[in-house]
Amino acid sequence: MNIGMHGGACGHSCCLRIENMSVKIGGDSILSGVNLHVHCGQMIALIGPNGAGKSTLIKAILGQQEYDGIISFSVPGQRKRKAVIGYVPQSPTFDPGDPLTVADLFACCMSRRPAFLGLSRSMRNKVLSCLERVHGENLIDKRVGTLSGGELQRVLLALALEPIPNILILDEPLSGVDVEGMETLMDMLDELRKSYDLSILMTTHDFHMLPRYADTVALIDHRVVCEGTPEAVLQSEEFCRVFNRKGGIL
Amino acid sequence: MELWYSLWEALPFQMLHWRFMCNALLAILLIAPLFGLTSTMIVTGKMSFFSDALGHSAFTGIAIGCICGIAAPTWVAVVFSIAFALLFSFVRSRSNHTADTLIGVFSCTTVALGIFIATLRGSSFTKYNQYLIGDILSVTPTEIGLLALVLLAVIIFWFLYSNRLTLASVHPQLASSRGVSPALTQTLFTIAIAVIVTLSISWIGLLILNSLLILPAASARNIAKNLRQYHAFSILFAMVSGVLGLILSYHLGASSGAAISLILALMFAISFCFRKARC
Repeated sequence: MNIGMHGGACGHSCCLRIENMSVKIGGDSILSGVNLHVHCGQMIALIGPNGAGKSTLIKAILGQQEYDGIISFSVPGQRKRKAVIGYVPQSPTFDPGDPLTVADLFACCMSRRPAFLGLSRSMRNKVLSCLERVHGENLIDKRVGTLSGGELQRVLLALALEPIPNILILDEPLSGVDVEGMETLMDMLDELRKSYDLSILMTTHDFHMLPRYADTVALIDHRVVCEGTPEAVLQSEEFCRVFNRKGGIL
Repeated sequence: MELWYSLWEALPFQMLHWRFMCNALLAILLIAPLFGLTSTMIVTGKMSFFSDALGHSAFTGIAIGCICGIAAPTWVAVVFSIAFALLFSFVRSRSNHTADTLIGVFSCTTVALGIFIATLRGSSFTKYNQYLIGDILSVTPTEIGLLALVLLAVIIFWFLYSNRLTLASVHPQLASSRGVSPALTQTLFTIAIAVIVTLSISWIGLLILNSLLILPAASARNIAKNLRQYHAFSILFAMVSGVLGLILSYHLGASSGAAISLILALMFAISFCFRKARC
């Protein structure tokens, strides 16, 4: 069993270190005393009930939320280089009526040339190669608002992978995705992690996927309640208490 | 301008042998792409009611300018509209009310303030009618020059900011993660709309202005498959309806702004019937 709090000096190479981090919004304490390390090349899953502060933690990591404490990134072997963060947002909803294709979305994010002028040949080829990473080349001319949950997550994943990040952050990537789509997406993330030596941090409510894919699970309930291997956390007393269960789920 | 006048005098169009009609046509050819372009982002960003409220604030600004005895009340209105847009953005970012509620609050307040100021000490409201109905036929060559400058500024803004604006409109959080500040881009865009709406109000009229800001893009959305088609159709619809509306109003003796709006509404109906299945 490897349950414990992670913080201070750890013996691993860490891409992301969070030390004694706290967030207060309008006088309410959302997170307090959070210590968390994301080891290079590992997948860490954040679990916790709704309102536990998982999304706030991600916003703080992305610099979209003010916080107290320390959040630091590092690129292994390259001290001076700033870490690149890839981000896939939670439950993205796009208006099905918007005439915005996948290619347009990529052009808006990646190109200086205005997307309303259309894509240059080189930009289109670049978008295709990005989509190839998630086996989504056929989606390039589809409207973003008409994509299924799984297709949209793959497109946003492809977008987050350009440029290839040091750490990939996914907020509830499995919500709105069917069971088959979940497995496809998790297999893809595992494959990408190995191919590009990515560190992955994701939040999820789909605990059954965790033992197969995650290296570490951190249970969040306004602080890091416990952290360890998926098997250890999912069978822990803390997990049962936080989710009001009589026993673990494994 | 002389070249423009002589060009139309050489052609067999009776309507364009009048200089004020030539001026109006040129103004339409500048206003239409301006509205066609901005319309796309207003519809995508779900800002239809906001642009309507901006029109009302412009009217209030004109009323304030008139009562202060300023010779060019339009510029007072521009300043007032920009202040309105910035105040709205500020309150919205610090309030938990929905955007439509706040728009209602701001719109009601500015309309009431405008009417109150316009009718203060028993003043007649009649002189403000031109701002409600608009009169494109009254546009002067100097004002056309100003319109050309505004169009040029908006085109430059669009080339620099349209990607960021689109991203901020469709998904602010995603935009933020890509280094785009949704608040900054939205504020710049609302200032641009404030200027366009206020400068156009005396030619198009408050009551019709919003249709030009919404209908071109709403019609384009019915048939466009991507961003390029969306912009192209929106500008095309605005220009065609502008020219046809001017011709129609000349022959029927009706308000040109209303004629343009009606043709745009007809285009929306037609495009709605021909809307393509979503790909």
